[in-house]
Amino acid sequence: MALFEINDLSVQFDTNDGTVSAVNGVSFDVNEGDTLAIVGESGSGKSQTAFATIGLLARNGHSTGSVKWDGKEILNLPEGQLNKIRSSEIAMIFQDPMTSLNPYLKVSAQMEEVLTLHRGMSRREARAECVRMLDAVRIPDAAARITMYPHEFSGGMRQRIMIAMSLLCRPRLIIADEPTTALDVTVQAQIMDLLRDIRYEFNTAMILITHDLGIVAGSCERTMVMYGGRIMERGTTAEIFAAPTHPYTLGLLDAVPRLDRREDVLPTIPGEPPDMLRAVTGCPFEPRCPLAFERCISVVPPLERLGETRVRACHRNPEEVVR
Amino acid sequence: MTDAPLLQVEDLQVTFDVRPRGAWPWTPSLKLHAVGGVSFTLEKGETLGIVGESGSGKSTVARAIVNTIPASGGRILWKGQELLKMGTSERRRHRQAVQMVFQDPLAALNPRMKVGEIIAEPLITHHPETPKAEVKARVGELMERVGLLANQINRYPHEFSGGQCQRIGIARALILNPELVICDEPVSALDVSVQAQVINLLSELQRDLGISLVFIAHDLSVVKHISDRILVMYLGRVMETAGADELIDHPVHPYTRSLVSAVPIPDPVVELARVRPVLEGDLPSPLNPPSGCVFRTRCPLAQPSCAEGLPPMLQVGPGHASACPITAEEGVAATA
Repeated sequence: MALFEINDLSVQFDTNDGTVSAVNGVSFDVNEGDTLAIVGESGSGKSQTAFATIGLLARNGHSTGSVKWDGKEILNLPEGQLNKIRSSEIAMIFQDPMTSLNPYLKVSAQMEEVLTLHRGMSRREARAECVRMLDAVRIPDAAARITMYPHEFSGGMRQRIMIAMSLLCRPRLIIADEPTTALDVTVQAQIMDLLRDIRYEFNTAMILITHDLGIVAGSCERTMVMYGGRIMERGTTAEIFAAPTHPYTLGLLDAVPRLDRREDVLPTIPGEPPDMLRAVTGCPFEPRCPLAFERCISVVPPLERLGETRVRACHRNPEEVVR
Repeated sequence: MTDAPLLQVEDLQVTFDVRPRGAWPWTPSLKLHAVGGVSFTLEKGETLGIVGESGSGKSTVARAIVNTIPASGGRILWKGQELLKMGTSERRRHRQAVQMVFQDPLAALNPRMKVGEIIAEPLITHHPETPKAEVKARVGELMERVGLLANQINRYPHEFSGGQCQRIGIARALILNPELVICDEPVSALDVSVQAQVINLLSELQRDLGISLVFIAHDLSVVKHISDRILVMYLGRVMETAGADELIDHPVHPYTRSLVSAVPIPDPVVELARVRPVLEGDLPSPLNPPSGCVFRTRCPLAQPSCAEGLPPMLQVGPGHASACPITAEEGVAATA
């Protein structure tokens, strides 16, 4: 049994312009110590998928399907019961560390609260544990700096504080939503290295949500590619990158300029990411797909198994999807 | 002076006055050295990439070139003429010849103006005598050139996606037939698939129209793709400059080396096999920069001598200079 099992998850938002289907029938699972990357562009539904699984959708959103944590159904549980799981078993790291820390409170107050509330520790014990955790994420002089306010830290340091805070209750799963997008490359390298070390040390599973294929390549064993709220392809990172079998994955991999390659003209995917308000009857990638044919417009391609570890959703045969 | 390069920047300094919080009215304000001693030349039709992390002063250089921030030292020569000593009419000509494309495509467009008005505005400002029909024809022509439909001329910016808004910004920059376009992080707010489209559009326009580009970005792989030459900046100073491929293949300065190695490569085989020296720490405060080499506080090779005196730019190969005396010799050997 998988640690985290998502089956046929769909997310809808009620807006003034009608109902928007952000996620359609997404299924995946994460095992103990596993690393899964969810890759996609804006509007692909990658963040909403993660938010829905742990009940963090905006108020106008509702989700259907099944999310099992440790074999127990947790989708749409009441807030109180969800909070128990979110506090101690699943932790989340957000993109912008400045907006997820309270600017009015010292770092010590925000971190200690986690432990006094969820673990029933005394303030003194909590402080010691927090300092230990800040040391673990390599914040120099943690004992003195814990009493500082968030604005006194740099962006990279704030993200380290967020990581330390998410680890306080020793979660079994970390969901990281674009954890390095707001950071510089050299700091990004530091944070990704830190996340890897932490995962080994605490044996934590990780779901990494990102648009950056580069950091996926170096940090995740499995990759799931999403577009327009649907899974396009899922498999081990090695096979997805070496031999993509979906035209979108292929186009995305080619469109990234690479330091180790010389190209005069970058291959591109024509068109723009999908407008989620428009209802789609077939494959969401059809309007931009170079291999699209009539069936793609009317019939949603089902997710099909391909080999041991891989699934894909495309009407074309895998052999037809080549550069 | 026809043989003068298009743009020549010599020892550019830009400082800002910063008032510390809670300072008395009579306490002197602090000097923040945003840019110190930046020099480069740009020839016609050339693309210069400027890379650096946030706070490296790359955008300030751009603003000094378009003369929206006055340089506090050094010289900027536009076709051999000094920018700060230009007369009104010359300055007006300079303003038409140098245009900018900004980072946030939606924020750079006035939400109350129609796309046609936005693109036409520079033309109407500088040449109010242009007949209306001609303005319209020119706008339509440019919209098609950058990949928009000419019948979208009466729409408002919010009706377009991020990639299309950036195309509008590019069309606006091109309407005065500029000789130099400065792109300040033009693709960092765009999705990967759209980013590739805009990069291709920019290099295509550059080739077809023979304009020069200054391309500023934090993403080294994007800069490398589009540039002929790259300038690496750190805390307001130039660390290294070389041809684009040369810089990536043979980086000499320790900062460039760590920057190159920090850029992830989207290939698990390559990425997992790489050993990368991760740079420790964060950027120091520009209000109180380290003495000597500004990079020495994070440099893995730093020695006590690095704290004394600014390291000079040392030639390590043809068109390749680095501001690190420690790695220079090794660099000469590697590039030879």
